[in-house]
Amino acid sequence: MDVYEKQLEEEVPDFEEHIPEKHGAFDISATVSSVKIHGWKQVIGIIAVAMVVLGGWEILIRLFKVPEFVFPKPSAIFTALVTSFPNNYSHFLITLSELVAGYVVGASIGLFLAAVLTQIPYLEKIITPYILLLICTPTLALVPLLMLKLGFNIWPRIIAVSLASGPMVMINSVTGFRRTDLAKIALAKSYGANTFQIFKMIRFPLALPMIIVGLLVGGIFGLITAVGSDMVGGKIGLGNKISYYSSLARMAHFFAIIIMVSAIGISIWIIFSRIGKKYASWQE
Amino acid sequence: MDDVIVVAKVSKVYASERGPVHALDRFSMNVKDGDFVAIVGPSGCGKTTLLWGLTGLHPFNGGNAYILGEEVDKPRRDVGIIFQQSNLLPWRNVLQNVYFPLEIMKENVKDYEERVKDLIDSVELSGFEKHYPRELSGGMQQRASIVRALSYDPKVLLMDEPFGALDAYTRDEMDTLLLGIWAKTKKTIAFVTHRIEEAVYLANRVYVMTPRPGTNSAIFDIDLPRPRPEGITMDQKYFEIVAEIKRRIVKDVERQKEEGVYQSQAYSTVT
Repeated sequence: MDVYEKQLEEEVPDFEEHIPEKHGAFDISATVSSVKIHGWKQVIGIIAVAMVVLGGWEILIRLFKVPEFVFPKPSAIFTALVTSFPNNYSHFLITLSELVAGYVVGASIGLFLAAVLTQIPYLEKIITPYILLLICTPTLALVPLLMLKLGFNIWPRIIAVSLASGPMVMINSVTGFRRTDLAKIALAKSYGANTFQIFKMIRFPLALPMIIVGLLVGGIFGLITAVGSDMVGGKIGLGNKISYYSSLARMAHFFAIIIMVSAIGISIWIIFSRIGKKYASWQE
Repeated sequence: MDDVIVVAKVSKVYASERGPVHALDRFSMNVKDGDFVAIVGPSGCGKTTLLWGLTGLHPFNGGNAYILGEEVDKPRRDVGIIFQQSNLLPWRNVLQNVYFPLEIMKENVKDYEERVKDLIDSVELSGFEKHYPRELSGGMQQRASIVRALSYDPKVLLMDEPFGALDAYTRDEMDTLLLGIWAKTKKTIAFVTHRIEEAVYLANRVYVMTPRPGTNSAIFDIDLPRPRPEGITMDQKYFEIVAEIKRRIVKDVERQKEEGVYQSQAYSTVT
């Protein structure tokens, strides 16, 4: 029996018009399944899959005696993660601060531009092509140029991160701010609301679900750019460590760094899906 | 008693792609303090235009309108509006929606807590304060919007087919509920509807509008006792009044057809 039949058995559908939401560049709704499964069943399933995959991986590598430089065992990766952590901790912090600094600057500018430009259609039309250009051009490609001007430090990387995340935040927020609900604006005006109150109490909450999507996507793009800039920029950062360990074929350490990078990415996802659940769940 | 709402020969012309549309033509109306007036007329005759003009959001092109002696040119604090749709903010729960006007008016919400609680009780929404609009039925949503309009204690209520989107049974229930609120709060109410039965049941006085361009056709003083029990809608006298108003509207349409100025509103988008 398919999922929808099952759902129909349990609840009468409403026949209200559900207008499909217009999303910007990306949509996170696919990550939030509408089918409810008991929490513990889900957790057990996920853990079981992880155990089978990791256990099978470990057994196969031991069985066929695959050397570490070809493919490391999960246990070796775990050992490398723990033993190299004191050494790599500073690199972790550097990449994290590149990400946070670049992201805060980029996202704030992106959000501000979106809020202002949607109020001035003429300016929006002029600026949009340049924002699209920024989105379509991998900002990583600009890092060598930025390094020539700013040196082998974290500044070119911070700029690259903000150039990658800012436009993502902006383009999604613009989609959000373009949603106008005349009836709700009329309602606010009938109580004497001023422009700022209409922005704060109607337009911003209406845009918030899309802004959160933009912040999430911008964060992930920022992470990609931070790690990539480390690879290009050399010397410091997790991305540099990835190049370093892979050039020495120290694959266990290589994977240990990958785990650290994913941990940042997963945290970004968790933070924004929590925020989304709290402030944008009215839209479901 | 003083006239709280004075409408003197107001007109409204909309610009459309196919030339100007005369929605309202020199319509006049007076509503006394604490009175309940209904405005009826065929679809597209300008009833909604009249009400939106009175809100101050949608100014008239000609004529004058006064509320409490002041010319209407912007939204006023002593006017509450109830729309066709409940128009609740989906990201706020019932209580937060009710406080919405107070927040905009920068009132101290605490001072209104008791008043709002009484209002919520009177529309039988107690226990639903923390619910979000999507969790409520259409009737409950509209009741919440009535509480919202009353929260800041306006003197005048403007209602634009408030129960038009509800099913017939809920609508009748809401009509009775509204009469109860009116009896208790003594608001001055201008109520727009296309349902003559509803207008006669609710109002002291019914203004009939002609088909577009809407202008005064007739005024009916509804001589039914107060308070009106629900059963009154099955009385002979009630039916006679309803029939008389219907005859009047049919006659207006026929006259316009004879003069060749009648525009069918069946396909109209401007109301």
